[in-house]
Amino acid sequence: MSEPKKTPLYDVHQSLGGKMVEFAGFLMPVAYGSIIDEHNAVRERVGVFDVSHMGQFVVTGTDAREFVNRMITNDCSKLLPGNLQYTVMCREDGTVVDDLLVYVISEDRIILVVNAANIEKDYEHLTSRKRKNVEVSDVSEEYALVAVQGPRTREVIAACPFFGQVADRLQKLPYYNGITFYHRGAEVLVSRTGYTGELGFEVFVPAELAVALWDQIVVAGEDCGLAVIGLGARDTLRFEAAYCLYGHELDDHTSPLEAGLSWVVKLKKPSFCGAEALRKEKAKGSKRVLIGLAVSGRNIARQGYTVLRDGREVGRVTSGAFAPTLHKSLCMALVDRACSAGDGQFAVWVRDKEVPAKPTSLPFYKSRAK
Amino acid sequence: MNFDNMRFSKEHEWVEFEKSSEVVTIGITDFAAGELGDIVFVELPEVGREVKNKEPVGAIEAVKTVADLFAPLSGVVKEVNTQLEDNPGLVNQSPYKEGWFLRLQMTDRSELDELMSHDDYSRITGTE
Repeated sequence: MSEPKKTPLYDVHQSLGGKMVEFAGFLMPVAYGSIIDEHNAVRERVGVFDVSHMGQFVVTGTDAREFVNRMITNDCSKLLPGNLQYTVMCREDGTVVDDLLVYVISEDRIILVVNAANIEKDYEHLTSRKRKNVEVSDVSEEYALVAVQGPRTREVIAACPFFGQVADRLQKLPYYNGITFYHRGAEVLVSRTGYTGELGFEVFVPAELAVALWDQIVVAGEDCGLAVIGLGARDTLRFEAAYCLYGHELDDHTSPLEAGLSWVVKLKKPSFCGAEALRKEKAKGSKRVLIGLAVSGRNIARQGYTVLRDGREVGRVTSGAFAPTLHKSLCMALVDRACSAGDGQFAVWVRDKEVPAKPTSLPFYKSRAK
Repeated sequence: MNFDNMRFSKEHEWVEFEKSSEVVTIGITDFAAGELGDIVFVELPEVGREVKNKEPVGAIEAVKTVADLFAPLSGVVKEVNTQLEDNPGLVNQSPYKEGWFLRLQMTDRSELDELMSHDDYSRITGTE
């Protein structure tokens, strides 16, 4: 492995006492104090996150839209400039390369936001399938990404001079929409997106503006009880909202239909990478299905633990936590669909014992307003 | 804090003893609690169970990870900290006081000598 990378906010995390860990090739703060306190701050108030490790590609050219639509499973053909969409992209065999955001900036310029761990793989996947009139460039290192999430997000944005010129527009910005503006000559993108299950924005800024933006958000958030949030709470927040995380619910061997993402797979779309395989899977029925389980007691059913049905192995846990907001031990698991239908008792093999578990609907947690 | 009547294991447990008693109190160190992060569940052995030195006797579930709890001495479990059932966060807040795990009646007091002093323990954790 090469030396882990640092985001433009690395020094800020250090000065805040962030506990730095390597994640997807980056040194990132897992927490600044208590993960549970950080989690609760986002559910109850507001938090700021450095998610600059995420990758960004800019797709340009007259065929940019057509190309992106051919690569993704969702349908981006009807998006207007300023619209975003969550999707996955698959290989020809229907397995997931990555889950990503498609952000249409203009007719011939689209930004893709991808997972840090998959930047190289995604770039290779895209460039090896592109035709003329399309350029894909990896701008991951030029951009920082800062997320503000939680029910009091709008107050923080309103108090933050960085957003002064677009403050009114941001207050009214609908979910999965974004706006572009210029701060001291540099292009800034703000989208009403996030991965916590709460109201929130994500701000794409050139790397050199990251520290100024962060500092302004922290000051603007003082009156709202804003907290700085590490990757630990980011994970428990997305887990309660049952958002898929690459490397957990999704990987190179999973199809989006198995992972409960059929809502982003538009099989009726003319053609896209993986369409044939996914149509077949849909017709036959997926082998596996992603389910939610409430685990009895307080042991945590962690990724990789075996899931049993009436004593028989039916699958594996993909993510598990003692959910801080819901106060219970919950997990998501990919299980054999046929063996999991009908009546029967689920259990999770937790270390050296079989712990009973009950199916529970996903998402575990739903906020009042995203 | 005074650590004179405490000994420490490589597995980051502390043992508090008294000269006149065979019953010791056991918990995990400040360093261990900090490394684990927020503790959400502590699985403790049953009262009355006879445990052997270095035997796994329970588990500590933290948000990000799970760790085995090893018996730092041989003995019989006399009492466990039932407060931790509802409030496992006590281990993070007060690892040496309210966050204690269990009391053990030692069966071989000489095992105490195999454990480290606080100074030696601080040296291995780099927290001198």
